[in-house]
Parts: sequence; C-alpha cells; structure tokens
Amino acid sequence: MKKGVMRPGHVQIRVLDMKEAVEHYTDLMGLIETDRDVEGRVYLKAWTEVDKFSVVLRETDQPGCDFMGFKVLNEDTLVSLTQDLKDFGLEVEEIPAEELKGCGRRVRFTVASGHAFELYADKEYTGKWGVTEVNPEAWPRDLGGMKAVRFDHSLFYGPNLPEVLDVFTNVLGFHLAEQVMDPDGNRIAQFLTASMKEHDIAFIHSDKPGQLHHTSFYLETWDDVLRAADLISMTDTSIDIGPTRHGLTHGKTIYFFDPSGNRCEVFSGGDYTYPDHKPVTWTADELGKAIFYHDRQLNERFLTVLT
Amino acid sequence: MPAYQVFNRTTGDSFTCNGDQSVLKAMEAVGKKCVPVGCRGGGCGFCKIRVLEGDFECGKMSKAHVPPEALAQGEVLACRIYPQADLTIECVPQPVDAVVEQATRAKQTTTRAMR
Ligand SMILES: [Fe+2]
Repeated sequence: MKKGVMRPGHVQIRVLDMKEAVEHYTDLMGLIETDRDVEGRVYLKAWTEVDKFSVVLRETDQPGCDFMGFKVLNEDTLVSLTQDLKDFGLEVEEIPAEELKGCGRRVRFTVASGHAFELYADKEYTGKWGVTEVNPEAWPRDLGGMKAVRFDHSLFYGPNLPEVLDVFTNVLGFHLAEQVMDPDGNRIAQFLTASMKEHDIAFIHSDKPGQLHHTSFYLETWDDVLRAADLISMTDTSIDIGPTRHGLTHGKTIYFFDPSGNRCEVFSGGDYTYPDHKPVTWTADELGKAIFYHDRQLNERFLTVLT
Repeated sequence: MPAYQVFNRTTGDSFTCNGDQSVLKAMEAVGKKCVPVGCRGGGCGFCKIRVLEGDFECGKMSKAHVPPEALAQGEVLACRIYPQADLTIECVPQPVDAVVEQATRAKQTTTRAMR
C-alpha cells in the first residue's frame, strides 16, 4: 500500500445471459445481489465486504472482463496517483461519480497487456452483510451456496508484462510477490499485491491482449473448498480442475466456469508476504507443479481456455 | 427426446446425442475426446467445430469466437449446439498459446541440460 492503493474493489464481468449468470454468482457462489441499474447491470457483493458491491455483471455477446477497480485511501491519493499515471505516459479517462451506482468518481486507464483498470476513493459503505456493526455474530445464517467471503483477486493473460510490472510497482506501489521465469530470464507470470495477500492481481504472458483467466473468491477453509466442489457436482456446473493445491501461492483451490464460460476460482489459505520479502520464484520447466502442485502436469485447458 | 448420431469426419468418431443435449456434453458423456473441451459455456471458443451436414439449434456463443461470418460457414461451438438431425462435423484447428509453448521449451531445455 506504499502509494495508497488499498485493495481490489470491484470487477465488471461480461456475461451472455444475465439470468443464468445471477443464479451462478448468487445461488451457487453465495454472493448477494445489492442493486441493478438502468443499463441492466447487476451489482453483487460477498458478505464480509463493507462496500455496496464488488462484482458487476453486464450482459453482452462476448464474455470476459471489462475492468477491475482498486480502492485507494482517499481523494488526495486519487488526485496524486492520477497525475503519476499521466506522468508515466498512460491515458487516463475520468468516469463520473454514480456511473456505477453508489461509487464515487473513477479514474480508468489501460495497461500494456490490454486490460483496463480503475482507481476510486469512495463507495457507499453498507457494512458487512447480514451481521450487525456492533457486537457482530460470526456469520450470517442465511447465506447461500459456497458462501464466498470476499472478491479476492483476478488473473489476466496478455502481452508486455515488463511494462505492466513497471506501472503496478513503480506507479501504484504494488509489490511483486511471486513470479515464473523462463530459461532466457523472461518473467512469464507475475503475482502482485498491495497487501499481505500473495496476490491482489496476477498476469500471465500471452500474445493476445486483454484476456481474463479467472476471478477469484476467498473461502475460509479447505473444507469449504471441498463443499464448493460438492455444490459444483450437485448443480452440474462446468468444472475445470480441483479441489487441489497450487504451487504458486500454495493456496487450496477449485476452478469452475460461470454459464458464459468465464472461469471462477474459490480458494482458501495461501502464503503471506511483506514488502521486504523477495519474490517467490518458480521456473518455467516446473510450471506444471507451480500451477497444480499435486498433478505436476501442464494442463492445457487451464493454460489456454480464456474469455 | 429423439436421439441423433454425430459423426466427426476429422477423427472418425461417432456418438449419440439427444436433441436437448449439447454435442460437447454428449461426447463427454461417452468418454470421447474428439473435440477439445474448454469452458462448456460458449465463452472460450475451445470446442469450435464446423457442421458440414444436419440441422441444429444454437445457444448463445461469444461473438469473439463465432462472428456472424463464421456462423454463416457453419462454424459453431460444440457446447452450444443441440442436434435436430444426424450431424456431420469437423474440427477447426486451434492456435497454440505462448505459455504452453514457452513451458514446453523450458522443459526440453532442462531435460537436455540434465543429460
Ligand atoms: Fe487465483
């Protein structure tokens, strides 16, 4: 949080069919619908999140991710980071307050991998869902499905990773927590954080810009991951891989797809990092184990299926 | 529900598919692997095939992978088509992604170095 970027705040996901998508993210994953807007977008949040929404669904004919937003400390930080992004040479677009309901003004920019990001300082504070602010109970009793705890991170595929690393570390103050290096010294994967979490955002190299690999949500325990797997079977949801463990971050995980083919992850555990930690390095020849610690095999679907 | 035969001309495989079942799901159900399985939701384009013969119904698919001009030539995603007659299909070649290429190359380099 060196430069005042606090945390992932929201992600806008494109879906082919809104009704199916809402069922997936609420009934199956346990997110809560908090609003809809005139454009037909649906706003969702996980129960421990204090702001009004973290996931926005938009219906269109091409699945994927429109943008991911980070919340910064305050308006002053937003002003100074906007100038820093401009000084870096990025074009910055101002999105007025309330373009997303309940969200203050946003500053949008597209990095060299072809992904759009936003910074914002204000969003309607609605508090944790289903528990009181004072003397809160452990958890709300009426949560559905996987009972996702929070929107945790996104993983994107695209080109020009060195430029992306430069913006995220030097302008936005992220810390490189984990990386995958090829034999020629190229960084083919970079996991970046503004917190103690092993990643708030990650990138893997691909020649094609702007691709979404997955959107990830945190669960409390390995047992919850197993229960998520049960629910995936019960609902005949398209599964990718898991439950298993990652080598990278060492998180315990399962991957599956929403009804439009956007990959979702729920996971528990994972390592922590501080700014004085050196990046954890995996080598490309061990990429199979880096991704799926038990299988230790390169999984083509996991590496190439994107929206 | 009527059942139809799906014949994959590229691989020589054939399997049965109900009219309310996607071609990809029917293929997976009998354990065949003649079409690559991706997201199963019309989003990733992994299971793209060309339908050479036979009528089918079509669900929503990503325009990025099936633009109108491709659809006009019978290119569809196997996870989103439901047969209304016996089908003859063929595979559409996939571009290889850079990460898989790099990792495979790294593995070969290491294997060589260990000899
Ligand atoms: Fe992840």
